[in-house]
Amino acid sequence: MIRFDDVTKQYPDGTVAVDHLTLTAPTGKITVLVGPSGCGKTTSLRMVNRMIEPTSGTITLDGQDTGRMDEAEMRRGIGYVIQHAGLFPHRTVLDNVGTVPRLLGWDRKKTRDRSRELLERVGLAPELADRYPSQLSGGQQQRVGVARALAADPPVMLMDEPFSAVDPVVRDQLQDVFLDLQSELGKTIVFVTHDIDEAIKLGDQVAVLRVGGKLAQVSDPAYLLTHPVDDFVADFVGRDRGYRSLQFQPAPRLPLRSERTLVVGESTVGLTEPWVLVVDDERRPLGWVEPARVNGEVTSEALHRGGTVARASGSLRGALDAALSSPSRRGVIVDDSGTLVGTVRGHEVLSLIESAERPDVDRPDALAGHRGEGLA
Amino acid sequence: MTWVNDHWGDIFTLARSHVWLAGVPLILGLLIALPLGWAARRWSRLYPVLISTSGLLYTIPSLALFVLMPIILGTKVLDPVNVVVAMTIYTVALLVRTVADGLGSVPDHVLQAARAMGYGGLRRFFGVELPLAVPVIAAGLRVAAVSNVSIVSVASLIGVPQLGNLLTDGYDRFITAEIIAGIVACVVLALVFDGLILLGERLLTPWRRAQVVRS
Repeated sequence: MIRFDDVTKQYPDGTVAVDHLTLTAPTGKITVLVGPSGCGKTTSLRMVNRMIEPTSGTITLDGQDTGRMDEAEMRRGIGYVIQHAGLFPHRTVLDNVGTVPRLLGWDRKKTRDRSRELLERVGLAPELADRYPSQLSGGQQQRVGVARALAADPPVMLMDEPFSAVDPVVRDQLQDVFLDLQSELGKTIVFVTHDIDEAIKLGDQVAVLRVGGKLAQVSDPAYLLTHPVDDFVADFVGRDRGYRSLQFQPAPRLPLRSERTLVVGESTVGLTEPWVLVVDDERRPLGWVEPARVNGEVTSEALHRGGTVARASGSLRGALDAALSSPSRRGVIVDDSGTLVGTVRGHEVLSLIESAERPDVDRPDALAGHRGEGLA
Repeated sequence: MTWVNDHWGDIFTLARSHVWLAGVPLILGLLIALPLGWAARRWSRLYPVLISTSGLLYTIPSLALFVLMPIILGTKVLDPVNVVVAMTIYTVALLVRTVADGLGSVPDHVLQAARAMGYGGLRRFFGVELPLAVPVIAAGLRVAAVSNVSIVSVASLIGVPQLGNLLTDGYDRFITAEIIAGIVACVVLALVFDGLILLGERLLTPWRRAQVVRS
């Protein structure tokens, strides 16, 4: 557990970067600090491992004041990932990953074995081990950065916008890899981002900070989207928060319809429906086809692939999006192995949403949290 | 050419002492410039002081410095140590700035990462900062090496023998071949120094030649 207790950072010129922050990052959970530039999120993060000294207040790691620990030693016990990975350009990927183990005095063999294991876990091919950072793409470098932070198996990780400098597709992959790792490792993580979507996707707990370093609201992401504490938080979490909050509502039993399907190579002649779903040999959906246009064998090129596919065990957001994005207006639903189970219509998902309960407004745990001056 | 053929032995002996008189100060100067350059980086107020002081040192005429050395050091007038110390001063003068700028060329996010990983001061310097400063330091070292080879020849005027003797002696006795031999030998020596530093840099920085291959 990481605890900020009335922590303030004021610079000699009078600027207050962090203003009386009190916040707890629970053990084994991801706490995301999110806010616009100048809200002190990075400063807060860097005060944890004393890269920046707080002006007042204490920060404790499992009850121990970090101000009283040996700096270098404490830092070796805290994984650290930054925006451009900050890899050492003069060391190979493998040696970069082994940085902290070597500092801790592990022998060469043990360090290399551990580093190889970690490269595999973050999804990097073993042949990249002997490359230098400049020979990797941005996404690969960031994976190395994560592997390096995990090398000595620290209980705590600090992550400063680690996925901000890569393109959206790669960012999505990195986030998934990261969540996968976390579900296995259960580290205590403080994660800084300016991207509210990232905060909501990754955080077990999200702390929204406002300019001037004041904590505006802290709660789990679902509650944050449904119950922003004031206009600032409401604006910050965004206009489509009603839609996005659906991702935290598991879909109840969807009213599925069975769908007539084709496989690639079959003929569309004689079909009267405007859109027909095409699946592969294992009944995994590939896309929609318009029989009237094809009028012959279904080819891979004729497929309309614009629709998203939702899992039956997924969220209401996934189901609704599948319906909205489908050219036939019928949302494709699959099981966990990706096999088609049926389709659902938008209005059916909407009536499920209307009948579902909204998260309780008066939930005591969220209100007892640290809301700053929001509704005072 | 006959003069050269008859004096291979002399040229070789003079060249050998030239290597010592120019090379040893190069290494000593680098060793002294490293902590000074680091300090200039570490305490920003020290930087302008160290840079202008070292710049001034370099403007002292070499002959004056050679003559002053026995007085300051209490050495004998003909002692080669005078030349070594004077040349070391020149090397330091050239390299303090180079080292400071080299250390300054290390990207900030890399330094931050090193600190956050738990690198202590000295280990960070030798493990991260210095290796990354090698390209800049090597470039400065090449300038210092060539400058040393050329300045050392002035030591003939105070009686410390090296390749400069070929120039003074050739001038006194009107032997053009000897003068040309002296010039050529100095140039060759400078090229050898330059080549060795270049080789050392390449060996120390394999990461700079890593080809960008993406997969």
